[in-house]
Amino acid sequence: MSSTKFEVEYVAELARIKLTQEEISTFRSQLGLVLQHVERLNEVDVSNVEPMAHSFPTYNVFRGDEPREGLDRESALANAPRRAQGLFMVTKVVE
Amino acid sequence: MEITSLTAHEILNLLRSRQISPKEVVTALSQRLEKVDPLVHAYLSHDLERALADADSADVSLPLGGLPISIKDVISVKGHPCGCASKILEGYIAPYDATVVSRLRAAGAIPFGRLNMDEFAMGSSTENSAFGPSKNPWDTTCTPGGSSGGSAAAVAADEAFAALGSDTGGSIRQPAALCGCVGLKPTYGRVSRYGLVAFASSLDQIGPLTKDVEDAALLMDCIAGLDKNDSTSLPEPVPNFSANLRKGVKGFKIGLPKEYFIEGLDPGVEKAVRTAVEHLQALGAELFEISLPHTEHALSAYYIIAPAEASANLARFDGVRYGFRASETKGLIDHYGRTREEGFGAEVKRRVILGTYVLSSGYYDAYYLRAQKVRTLIRRDFAEAFKKVDVIACPTSPTPAFRLGERTNDPLSMYLADIFTLAANMAGICGISIPCGFADQGGKQLPVGLQILGKELDESTVLQTSYAYEQSTDWHKAKPMIGNGVSRARKNHAL
Repeated sequence: MSSTKFEVEYVAELARIKLTQEEISTFRSQLGLVLQHVERLNEVDVSNVEPMAHSFPTYNVFRGDEPREGLDRESALANAPRRAQGLFMVTKVVE
Repeated sequence: MEITSLTAHEILNLLRSRQISPKEVVTALSQRLEKVDPLVHAYLSHDLERALADADSADVSLPLGGLPISIKDVISVKGHPCGCASKILEGYIAPYDATVVSRLRAAGAIPFGRLNMDEFAMGSSTENSAFGPSKNPWDTTCTPGGSSGGSAAAVAADEAFAALGSDTGGSIRQPAALCGCVGLKPTYGRVSRYGLVAFASSLDQIGPLTKDVEDAALLMDCIAGLDKNDSTSLPEPVPNFSANLRKGVKGFKIGLPKEYFIEGLDPGVEKAVRTAVEHLQALGAELFEISLPHTEHALSAYYIIAPAEASANLARFDGVRYGFRASETKGLIDHYGRTREEGFGAEVKRRVILGTYVLSSGYYDAYYLRAQKVRTLIRRDFAEAFKKVDVIACPTSPTPAFRLGERTNDPLSMYLADIFTLAANMAGICGISIPCGFADQGGKQLPVGLQILGKELDESTVLQTSYAYEQSTDWHKAKPMIGNGVSRARKNHAL
């Protein structure tokens, strides 16, 4: 792995964040330094070590399949930036 | 004496004996805020009318009856704003109560105000707030730390009797240390995260920031325990933290990790912390040098895992269901890109991009998977250490409060502010920061925090150790001079 391959523009596109030219160059140098730092993990011997996603063993937590009160439609829509006819309005996806 | 300079348990005594009414308490707090907050900027907003209405119906016979508790802007309070100090959530009103908030309400508390923070809890100084930084009440040219900087500053400046914060890599403990108050990060899963806006879901935990250890125990008694709305909350019995406080530290084994007393540690901080552990020894504890060999790698692993989880969690901010939406966008991709460009601040963008990168095809194994393995090693370090000792004592932060603007252009130096706190989140264990003295910073005396780490689910021992230390010192009574008239002189503690 090498931070020199770190292409800010491409990764920002994956993350769905537009950046200005200035941000691209600032982030490139700042995150380059951060990546250089975190790449010190290469020094650690991790052979035969299990990865840990969670601090405690996790397991599925089940509940009975019974209906519960949720948010009513009005509360769910109350924060929507655009709404129409009791629905969220989205940007056109298909032509 | 001003009402607002009292601790939560002192106020509750006055409320219970009807020497003061909840309305008077809310009013006094609001007046204090008006006087001091223009200097500190701990709050993003507060709704006095609503708090007075809650005060009207408060039942003072309940454990927290009539006590206003201030809430970090990342925790949902029904009908209140919950904006994470971000432009992307400006105007968002929470449609439900977080479990911690419904538990506080059930205990009689009054949710009061929205506390400033680093945007989405990403930062160590509150300078990443979209609404301007909070200031350290001990020196308003310095940061209060972060990300729960508003919470810590409010408690330290007597603008809050107690507050809730969240801690993903030190965001409760580090600002508590820098502002001279108490901040507890419970064990992962001890307190429900339901209603907490997610930053890094395997690391986030809600906890109290308070004026003393007794108040921290009091709040924990009300908020801890299993919640069916958070499948990661632990089905373990919750002890009565308050009842166990006064048992002392006689015979306790305290570990001092040699990797935490290193070059770069501020000499004033080191002196205060070493004096504090000697004090604990004088109270009957035994000291042992221990080793946490993977300490130096915790920061690297953290800054892979936390941004990775953040990049996934923050994908929900798409400008459709809530929050800011860019106008006049050209198609869906442009809609996402510009909404997030205009809605997120620089640090959030940096971390989402970093997180996206370490999870991206071809890099996942090299960064994320390796970091998860190192996380296992960090957890093992602590498990080994806790076979030998009951708690671990070390500095909370390598330095006292740093100046506003000092680190904003250098993300890596800002990340280093969490170097002593984030391992506890990686391992899932609990930890507290309590005031243990002062260190000289540019001619000013600024607070130092002693961090006490405990094994998983052992908040009781951590609180008990903290209480024994606190009650035999006066550090927790020291007050900043801000807002005139309520400063209590700082005294040196004596054995």
